[in-house]
Amino acid sequence: MDRDRLIRQMRQIVGGDGVIHERNQLRTYETDGLAAFRVIPALVVLPETAAQVQAVVRACHQAEVPFVARGSGTGLSGGALPHAEGVLVVLSRMRRVVEVDYENQRAVVEPGVINLQVTKEVAARGYYYAPDPSSQQVCSIGGNVAENSGGAHCLKYGFTTNHVTGLELVLPDGELVHLGGKGPDPVGYDLVGAFVGSEGTLGIATKVTVRLLRKPESVRTLLAAYDTTDAAGEAVSKIISAGIVPAAVEMMDALAIEAAEAAVHPNYPDAGAVLIVELDGPAAEVVHQFDEVERLCREAGSTTIQIAQSEAQRALFWKGRKSAFAAVGRISPDYYVQDGVIPRTALGAVLRRIGEMAAERGLRVANVFHAGDGNLHPLVLYDADVEGQEERAEELSAEILFACLDHGGSITGEHGVGADKKQYLPRQFSADDLDVMQLLRCAFDPAGRCNPGKVFPTPRLCGEVPGKRRVHPVEQAGLAEVF
Amino acid sequence: MAAAPGPPAGGGGPAGRVAAANPPAAGSLEAVRRASGPRHVRDAGAADEVDGLRPSLVAEPGTVEEVAAVMRAASQGGLRVVVRGDGTKLGWGAPPSAVDLVLATTRLDRVLEHASGDLVVRAQAGVRLADLQRELTPAGQMLALDPPEAGATLGGVVAAAASGPRRLRYGTPRDLLIGSTVVLPDGTVAHSGGKVVKNVAGYDLGKLLAGSFGTLAVLVEVIFRLHPLPAARGMVVAEVATPERAGSCVRALLASTLVPSAVELDWPDAAGAGALSVLVEGVAPGVEAQTGAAARLLGEHGSARVLEPGEVDAAVATLGALPWAADRPGAGSEASGAGSDGAPAPAGVLGVKVTCVPSDLPGALAALWEVAGAHGLDAQVSGHAAVGVLRAALRGGDAAAQAAFVADLRGRLALGGAALVVQEAAPQVKRAVDVWGPAGDALGLMRRVKRQFDPAGVLSPGRFVGGI
Repeated sequence: MDRDRLIRQMRQIVGGDGVIHERNQLRTYETDGLAAFRVIPALVVLPETAAQVQAVVRACHQAEVPFVARGSGTGLSGGALPHAEGVLVVLSRMRRVVEVDYENQRAVVEPGVINLQVTKEVAARGYYYAPDPSSQQVCSIGGNVAENSGGAHCLKYGFTTNHVTGLELVLPDGELVHLGGKGPDPVGYDLVGAFVGSEGTLGIATKVTVRLLRKPESVRTLLAAYDTTDAAGEAVSKIISAGIVPAAVEMMDALAIEAAEAAVHPNYPDAGAVLIVELDGPAAEVVHQFDEVERLCREAGSTTIQIAQSEAQRALFWKGRKSAFAAVGRISPDYYVQDGVIPRTALGAVLRRIGEMAAERGLRVANVFHAGDGNLHPLVLYDADVEGQEERAEELSAEILFACLDHGGSITGEHGVGADKKQYLPRQFSADDLDVMQLLRCAFDPAGRCNPGKVFPTPRLCGEVPGKRRVHPVEQAGLAEVF
Repeated sequence: MAAAPGPPAGGGGPAGRVAAANPPAAGSLEAVRRASGPRHVRDAGAADEVDGLRPSLVAEPGTVEEVAAVMRAASQGGLRVVVRGDGTKLGWGAPPSAVDLVLATTRLDRVLEHASGDLVVRAQAGVRLADLQRELTPAGQMLALDPPEAGATLGGVVAAAASGPRRLRYGTPRDLLIGSTVVLPDGTVAHSGGKVVKNVAGYDLGKLLAGSFGTLAVLVEVIFRLHPLPAARGMVVAEVATPERAGSCVRALLASTLVPSAVELDWPDAAGAGALSVLVEGVAPGVEAQTGAAARLLGEHGSARVLEPGEVDAAVATLGALPWAADRPGAGSEASGAGSDGAPAPAGVLGVKVTCVPSDLPGALAALWEVAGAHGLDAQVSGHAAVGVLRAALRGGDAAAQAAFVADLRGRLALGGAALVVQEAAPQVKRAVDVWGPAGDALGLMRRVKRQFDPAGVLSPGRFVGGI
């Protein structure tokens, strides 16, 4: 790579203040939300428009330089980890809300727009954007698209993939394409669906069309305390089998409660587990089902039930939950976050297994999870200064994922595979499965320059690679198209 | 690979594109017979035709391994394959450029696992949706898809992205499919997704397959998330005299905090009035409150009433019926011949799907009637009004009039960003129009996806957008 030449080119595209190349400044970008992985990129570029992104990507393509897109850098799987020989394309300057169409309940936003900003933009008119990852105050829509981000309320409302209806993309060779839009059922393959959750490996989204939802007429939230996670899990089972689909069901165990109390004082009861259950929708529906949820929570042996009496109290319930990851920092110098998923009915068995495995290694695990959909977030606590603890913690983290897979689950529910878990993906999928997934990669990025080294442990060669693809003389003469 | 000018060599080689007129070599058909087990392969008959093209064979493999063996044999023999479930949507899509083999999923008919506590079901692709629903009912659960095509199989519903009225609340197959097993043209068996609803491990190939119309891979197994059966339901019906009135009703509903499961428009003919039906599902007190509120809301825009409990079941049963449902099967086929007075024969019914943003609904309706009238066609319209999907049955014209209608209306709609897809038409009409319409600037990318999954063009060649 001729770095100096590339710097000159990039400056021409985005201007001098949009290119970062001094080593000490580049360090700012060496990691995303997963600080265990660090790579200093060759160059950072901050485009402001789709046309600039296109020019930047085209320049990378021509120079045969890999590139990695980054939003706010809050990802927890190293998905935006830079490439040492590559360009980091930071989208944080693309923060325009391009269009809000209330009548058709859509907004078109640039990738750097912060998740919560979308809701703030439309709240006055009674609308909101549903996917609500815990990092929603800082994470970007582009990052959400890359990771197919979830959040507490995806139990009822679905994930990012259910809320994105259109994309403007810059493909890895610099081509700009438009997929889907505001209307239903665009013709052709559902490449919006294929792109959302592809972890930055298929291109860079430069505009995202999202659904806006009407704010529900009524929201009711309760917090139920239990002696054990088993009892709390029982309550969840009762709610689900009663045919109720809550907006959210979240669980925290004793250690997670302790951490949350230390950090943000949500005033949770002293308990082995707490459950936050939220219902929303038309008032008559919510009132009826909320009574039933309360009854079922008691039946499962709840020791205390608090019902949010105000928006402030509801916010406090959620504050403890949403800040749980960071809060764990109060009770442990270091920790690993995992993101395994299990069929919800296996909750008790898997939690017991996690407890046993942690005890065997002399480590503590705090559990915070989306109980409604079986998405666990075990936080493996350790102290890197204690000889051998980090290795044991890493080992335990992996074992937890394998336990999830043993129960028919997944290694990741919302954080993504990224750089962090790609070595475990072959435990979940066969070599053929992974090869077939990579056919999609080959269609979008035959040269493999878009966020290389992520998701898949072994990159697939795309037929036209290795060896530079040569244009067939017939094609060059305009006599035939490539099929 | 660049296509050389001139006709490709016929016959063998996995990448060999056999010219449409060439019959498949006997040897390749034999290989398919062996792969599927001779008892489950038969010569194709008139009922197996796809848009007037008759394949040589119909294979009904009974296991994933047999599907893989059939596909391997078909690919190696240079055969073109169309996958069929119950065939309810076989008339959708462009006519294939050629078809040698119909691979029917009929025998892949087992529900493999219903994890009721997890609200998940795993089933083979040939299971009929209605049969699956019957199995789920005792557990108080449902797969929240209600496409109108009776007899449809799970594989067909996913492949065609078929949906019904309740997509307003629950989405379409792409939103409910959480895992899949497919067989590629070369026989490779691949999984994606899994049995948990929340899962971002690996690419989400289910989304790519939903609506891919059997052009990328053969769906053999599907995993869906389920929903609880609602305890109660109710309906409000409003009469709408003009497209503008329909539009204001839809706007009011969308802007309200009501959560209807469906908002359906039914407009039998342009001269009369239309009806807007609002379906509400949930717990009884909620349904009562919501239907009352919906009736008041729609009452501001005309007359509206809450159906009596005794009327609801019958109304739900006909909700979302295709406007051309009564014209099928085979009403006015290619063989219907010239009329007795020597005028060109009516081409049978033309069924089109129009998609637009909900706010364009009145404009799309008006354009539809105007263009239909200009070509001497009567239009019967129904659709998912709050989603922006309309379907119209056009009757009364010959093939040329129908083809001209498609082109003209598509042109009109494109000005407002709306689109038109032909879903039901006589083969001569389908051959005269672009069934799908333009796919925009991503068509090249779609072609590259097709080339990766099916480089030799084995699966449903020519059926999809842009000749894919």
